[in-house]
Amino acid sequence: MLLHRLLPIVLAAMMLAPLPATAREFILMQSTTSTQNSGLFDHLLPIFSQKTGIDVRVVAVGTGQAIRNAQNGDGDILFVHSRPSEEKFVADGYGLSRQDVMYNDFVIVGPADDPAGIAGLTDVTAALSEIATARAIFASRGDDSGTHKAELRLWSAAETDPFIGLGSWYRETGSGMGATLNIAVGMGAYALTDRATWIAFGNKRDHRIVVEGDPRLFNQYGIIVVNPEKHSAVKADLAQQFVDWVVSEDGQQAIAAYKVEGQQLFFPNAQ
Amino acid sequence: MREVATLRTVLSQNVIDAAIAPPLMTARGLGCSIKGQRLVRDVDLTIRQGRRTVVLGPNGAGKSVLLRLLHGLLPASEGTVLWRGNPLGADAQDGQAMVFQRPVMLRRSVLANLNFALKVRGFRGPERARRAAQALEMAGLDHLAKRPARVLSGGEQQRLAIARALATGPDLLLLDEPTASLDPAATARIEALIGQAHASGVTIVMVTHDRGQAQRLADDVVFLQDGRLAESGPASTLLHSPRSDAVRAWLDGRLFVTTPQTQP
Amino acid sequence: MSLVAGWDQALSEIVLLSLQVTLSAVFVSCLIGLPLGAMVGAFRFPGRRPAILIMNVLMGLPPVVVGLMVYLMLSASGPMGVLGLLYTPTAMIIAQTVLVTPIVAALSRQVVEDLHQEYSEQFTSMGVGPLQRIMALLWDARFSLLTVVLAGFGRAVAEVGAVMIVGGNINHVTRVMTTAIALETSKGDLELALALGLVLLLIALLVNLVVMTVRGTAARASYA
Repeated sequence: MLLHRLLPIVLAAMMLAPLPATAREFILMQSTTSTQNSGLFDHLLPIFSQKTGIDVRVVAVGTGQAIRNAQNGDGDILFVHSRPSEEKFVADGYGLSRQDVMYNDFVIVGPADDPAGIAGLTDVTAALSEIATARAIFASRGDDSGTHKAELRLWSAAETDPFIGLGSWYRETGSGMGATLNIAVGMGAYALTDRATWIAFGNKRDHRIVVEGDPRLFNQYGIIVVNPEKHSAVKADLAQQFVDWVVSEDGQQAIAAYKVEGQQLFFPNAQ
Repeated sequence: MREVATLRTVLSQNVIDAAIAPPLMTARGLGCSIKGQRLVRDVDLTIRQGRRTVVLGPNGAGKSVLLRLLHGLLPASEGTVLWRGNPLGADAQDGQAMVFQRPVMLRRSVLANLNFALKVRGFRGPERARRAAQALEMAGLDHLAKRPARVLSGGEQQRLAIARALATGPDLLLLDEPTASLDPAATARIEALIGQAHASGVTIVMVTHDRGQAQRLADDVVFLQDGRLAESGPASTLLHSPRSDAVRAWLDGRLFVTTPQTQP
Repeated sequence: MSLVAGWDQALSEIVLLSLQVTLSAVFVSCLIGLPLGAMVGAFRFPGRRPAILIMNVLMGLPPVVVGLMVYLMLSASGPMGVLGLLYTPTAMIIAQTVLVTPIVAALSRQVVEDLHQEYSEQFTSMGVGPLQRIMALLWDARFSLLTVVLAGFGRAVAEVGAVMIVGGNINHVTRVMTTAIALETSKGDLELALALGLVLLLIALLVNLVVMTVRGTAARASYA
C-alpha cells in the first residue's frame, strides 16, 4: 500500500525536477546529418563554447528540411551544403549573407565485387552510366538533401535518367546519409556519399570507395545567419559571433585539425 | 393449545398494525415496459411504516423489477409511486437503501466499504467512525474490518452489504433475494440481521421465492404473477387461506415459472 | 556492453532525460486521460459512441504525424512560437502527451465501463454523485489502470519519430535513448546502437517490474 501511494509522488517529482539548465546563452544551428555524423561538431563546438561561453545546439536533418526549419525561424544559423538552395534562401530574405566555410568531396562507394566494373574511374559521369547500363543496384537518398541534390545534378551531367530503373536497380531510401549507407551495405548497392560521413561510418563491411577525385564531386559547405527581421526571436548577434569565429583563422584551423583515422575530413576555404 | 393461542394474539396484533400503521410508500397503477415487454403492470400496493413486506411469486413474475421501480433504479412507464407522500423523484434513494442478490463489494477493505457509504451520505469525523463501528458489530465482522471485502465468504459479504445499507440510517430497506445463494446457516444469520433492523424501526421490503422465509419474516405479502399483483395482504391470511388461484397453486408447488407477455 | 559501460556520464544523462520526459508525459496523460476515459466509460450522453471511436482511432496516431503537428504549433512561425518551446524537453513532453493520452483514455474507458457495469445500481442506490462516482471507479480500478499506464509508458519510451522532430536530438539538451539509437545507427555504429537498445529494454523492464511488484503486493492487500 505504502509503495503504490508513493508512486504518484515519485512521478510528480520526476516531472517537476528541473529540466536541463539553460542558464548559459545558446544559439540553435540547423545543419545536416553529414556534418553531425562525421563527428565534426563534437570537435568544433566545445572549442567555440569554451572561448565565448555560448553553447551551440545542433539540429541535424537533411539540407532541405534544415532550410525549411530555418525559414520558419526555428534556428539562428543555417550550416548546410547545397549552394543554389543557400543562395535562394538569402535572396528570399531569410538569411543575412552566405559565407563559404569548408569543403570536402563526394565519393561513390560500392561492394568489393564491383558488379558495374567502375572501380578506379575518375570520371564520375562515366561511372554512373556504367551503373545504369549494368543495372547495378544504386541506393539514392531520395530525401531532397544536399547530397541528394548533388547526386541528381551528376545523373543529369551523365545524361542518364536513373528513374527508368526506379524500383528495380535505382532505389530511393528516403532516409539520411547513415541510414542510406546501412541500406547500401546491406543490399550490396552503390551509393553517393560525402567522404567525411564515409570515413567516420562504422558499418562499412566490405564496401569501399570506388570512384573519387572528379572535380565535379566537390562539396562546398556554407553558413548563413538567419535574418532577425523575419523572426524576431533569432539571436543574430550571438549567431554572428559563431560565424565570425568559424571563418576566422582560429576556426579554420580547428576544422583542419579534425581527423578520423588519421584522415582530414573537411578542408577550410573561407575567404 | 398455548401455541395456538399465542399465534392468535400475534395474528390479531398483526391485523391491527396493518390497519393503523401509516403508509410509507404507495404505488398506484405502477407499470414498467422494457423493449416492448411489459414486465410489471397495474400494481397497486401500500408499504406501511415499520412493517415487513415480502414480495413473492414464481421466477420471472417481475419481483426484482418491482423492487427497482420502488427504489427508483428503473423508471416507471405507467402509474406513480408516492414516497413519504411525495412522487418518487431524483432523490428517490433518499432514506432508502437496497441490498442486491449478489452483494456489490467495492474493491476495498470491509471498513472502507462502510466508510464509503457513510461518506456519500455526508457523515464525517467521529459520527462516521461511530456508525461504521456499530455496523461492523451488528454484522459480526469486527475481526475482519481490515480485510479486503471481496475475499469474504458469500454470507459475510451479504452481511456487510446489509450492514452497509443500514449504516446510513434508512427508513426503508429493500432486499432482493438476499439469501438466494447462501447455505442455511448463513441464511439464518442474514434473517437475524433483518429481524434486528426491523426491531430498530426500519421498514422492510424483501423479495424472496422461499416460502419458509416468507413465513418466518413477513408481516405483509405481495404476490406477483406475470407482472401483475395476484394478491396482497397480511401474511397470516395470504399464506394460510389464499383467495387467488395463483397463490394456491404456488403454495401447492404447482406454479414455478411465468414469462411476461409481449404487447405493443 | 563494454561500449556502453565506458560511456557513463553521457549515458546516464540520456537515460535520465528519457525517463524524465516519458514519465512526465505519462503523468500528464493520466491527469487528462484517466478522468476522460472514466467519464466516457461511466456516463451515457449523446455523441458517446463517436467519442469512443475517436479515442480508439487516436490510439494509432503515428508518432511522426504527432511530431509534425506539435512542430507546426511550436515553430517560431507557428501559433505558439512565442513560447520558445521548440527543441526543448518540454516540447518532447507535449508530443508524447499527445501520443499517450488517447491510449490512457481509450483503455481506461474500457476498464471503467466494465467495473461500472458491476457498480452502477449499487452507486445509484447509495446516492453517489457524478464526481464521487468517477473518483470511486478510478480508485477501485486502480490495479487494472496500472496496466493501462504501463501501456502508455511503453509507447512513449520506445517512440522516436515525435521526439526527433520536436526535440531535434540536440546533444546534452534533447537527446534521449531512442534518438541516440537512431543517431548511432545512422553513424553505422550498430554495436553501440544495439547496446543502447538493450539499455532501453532494461529500463522498460525495470519500470514494469517495479510497477507490477507494487501492484501485486498492494492488490493482495486490498482486494482479490
